[in-house]
Amino acid sequence: MNESIADAIDVLPDYFAQHVLLSASALLLGVLLGLPLAVAVYRYPRVRWPILAIVRLIQTIPGLALLALFYPLLLGLSALTASLFGFGLPALGFLPTVLALTLYSLLPILQNSVTGLIGINADVIEAANAVGMTPTQRLLRVEAPLAAPVIMAGIRTAAVWTIGAATLSTPIGQRSLGNFIFTGLQTENWILVLLGCASAAALALITDQLLDLIQIGATRRDARRFIVGLMGLIIGTGASLTPLFSMHQNTYIIGAKNFSEQFILSELIAERLEGEGYLTQRKDGLGSAVAFRALASGDIDVYVDYSGTLWANVLERRDILSRDAMLTELARLLSERYGVVMLGSLGFENAYALAMRRDRALGLAVNTIEDLAPKAPKLKIGSDLEFLSRPEWFALKKDYALDFGMLRSYTPTFMYHALEDGDVDVISAFSSDGRIAANELLVLGDPKHSIPSYDAVILISPKRAEDIAIRRALTPLIGSISVEHMREANFMVDRPQNKASPKEAAHFLIDFLSAHP
Amino acid sequence: MATSPLIEIDKICKSFDGGRNFAIQDVTLTIDAGEFVAIVGSSGSGKTTALKTINSLIKPDSGEVRIEGKRISALDGPMLRRHIGYVFQGIGLFPHMRIGENIGIAPKLLGWPKREITARIIEVLELVGLPQGFISRFPDSLSGGERQRVAVARAIAARPRIVLMDEPFGALDAIARDAIGSIYRLLHDQLRLTTVMVTHDLQEAVLLADKIAVMKAGCVLGYDTPRNLISRQSNRDVAALMVMPSRVAARVRAVLDEDGVEKSDE
Repeated sequence: MNESIADAIDVLPDYFAQHVLLSASALLLGVLLGLPLAVAVYRYPRVRWPILAIVRLIQTIPGLALLALFYPLLLGLSALTASLFGFGLPALGFLPTVLALTLYSLLPILQNSVTGLIGINADVIEAANAVGMTPTQRLLRVEAPLAAPVIMAGIRTAAVWTIGAATLSTPIGQRSLGNFIFTGLQTENWILVLLGCASAAALALITDQLLDLIQIGATRRDARRFIVGLMGLIIGTGASLTPLFSMHQNTYIIGAKNFSEQFILSELIAERLEGEGYLTQRKDGLGSAVAFRALASGDIDVYVDYSGTLWANVLERRDILSRDAMLTELARLLSERYGVVMLGSLGFENAYALAMRRDRALGLAVNTIEDLAPKAPKLKIGSDLEFLSRPEWFALKKDYALDFGMLRSYTPTFMYHALEDGDVDVISAFSSDGRIAANELLVLGDPKHSIPSYDAVILISPKRAEDIAIRRALTPLIGSISVEHMREANFMVDRPQNKASPKEAAHFLIDFLSAHP
Repeated sequence: MATSPLIEIDKICKSFDGGRNFAIQDVTLTIDAGEFVAIVGSSGSGKTTALKTINSLIKPDSGEVRIEGKRISALDGPMLRRHIGYVFQGIGLFPHMRIGENIGIAPKLLGWPKREITARIIEVLELVGLPQGFISRFPDSLSGGERQRVAVARAIAARPRIVLMDEPFGALDAIARDAIGSIYRLLHDQLRLTTVMVTHDLQEAVLLADKIAVMKAGCVLGYDTPRNLISRQSNRDVAALMVMPSRVAARVRAVLDEDGVEKSDE
């Protein structure tokens, strides 16, 4: 626990810098876009309704969904620019996050600016016209200064929103203070969650106060306050961005999906690369579907995925091959179609499995999924967030005619809690999950082999395909981790008490590796 | 006054609803340099619309307005307005500017040198009877009468030849209205201004103006000196409009008689 907080403090400046860069860029773009739009809406009442309606509509999209939507949008756009101009756009990370946050910041800025402009006394406008101001002079000398307090209030609202919403950037591969929150939620490290929330809140509060100072300074013509606020904003932004300038260019970007095993394995890969003297950077908490595309497009350099997932989701194959045949075929097809290098299997499987509490299974006399099927309509199943939309679930449903009384989705950690508390009877577990052994769960047999094998494999991006260094650093990991060890490492992170950080769990695996080379 | 008139309003029409109703219809007025003309009429008579065509705040649908013989539709609107003073009931001082900045706005837009603007601000403050200390005050610290004087100061700051006024003193109480009215009439003479003032207050018109245009339903019914309008009453509508309470009428007669004496002295 102590080490995980120390680790967190280590990366805090970087996360903070990323967060400030994201929010500041989005806010700046929001202002640059929002103010001219507001003037247009003010001058031409005919476009007022459609523009405000569109911006309000954007606002109703949940922040996370808006961020996620930019991923496919930019992928498409990237394909277009690649074919037209010969270069693609990054579909993950900074660009989609900033674009989504910009849209998010637009409403308060636009709405307040329009309100402020419309609210100006008609006599003042008439006077401005009558003394011979051109429309531009009227805007700059009269309308803008008079609407400024309301506009500034809108910018302040936008700033607070943007800083808050920026914490949602983690799942699309952009580091921010949200990484603390997402990782903390996953590993039940509430101190980490608190650290993420508190630092984002502090950032929002300070920004709001500085903008307030600028606003008061401007409206009361108090140059001192105005300058203090402005300098505070500029210096604060500059100072928090300094960690970014010390970042090196040739770093390996290691991806991870959003569960503990992935965090541990990305730490393990990082340890190996850093041990060889390379710099690394993490993109944690990627969505399962996003991770592979990020690798194929070179947004990340390396990550661990599972053969069954790649087989069904990436290659869209429904047939089931033997474990070895699938690995061989997978390596060939991934290389052929995507240029992705499958370095090899780590040695353990993390398959989807249905699991029950042992006492519950005994009471129902259930040992396999086949036994479960007739009783399913009276039972509740809890799953992780993606299982119910995955081909494995459809295959299970079809092969065993499964029809549960109720379906519920949780983050993996809460899913186990739900099973323990009896809120659900069956869960979609992972075979390498330490909690299976620790909670003495029963993994139900799959006599019809509906679920393919899920070997953990190291994937390297096409960009790094010819990179010998990364291969040399990671090849020793191939075939070196047994499912028992992985369960133990996972449990170190997932256990309710005396939790270890993913880094500590990775060290546990490395210690074991070096003891048994 | 044999030279061509300073302002010629020539058969102008204006509709705000695409031609169904006309705010003004075939309005024609000629105003000589140095004249003080009042346009009177009840609300909705089109008097404000007619006034605003002179500085191109409103563009007529047909007909034209000429100033010094030049058609103003061919001139740049903002530039034209910088050279024409404008005072209206709403006052419209810029709340975020100090009194000095408010007064100096038209000279500033015309690109006068800074020192000249400052000197002019002090000069016009004195002309409207306000202390110099007002320069650095904000409009919200002034009384209604003071603000109206600032509005007059702003209108004459750029040394315009023409000043337009739309119910300029309507928001003031009767005493303040009389006071600032007579101050303005003096300024008008002293600065050799040409003033067109819209008012619904006949007494004010008679007391201040050299000529009165009577408007009703978008048309000019009569345009003459106050004396002629009252004594001849050639038109029944004009006569109806010129009916005044007896107390007011007595005062007006007194002024007119005095005027007559002065004029016969000349």
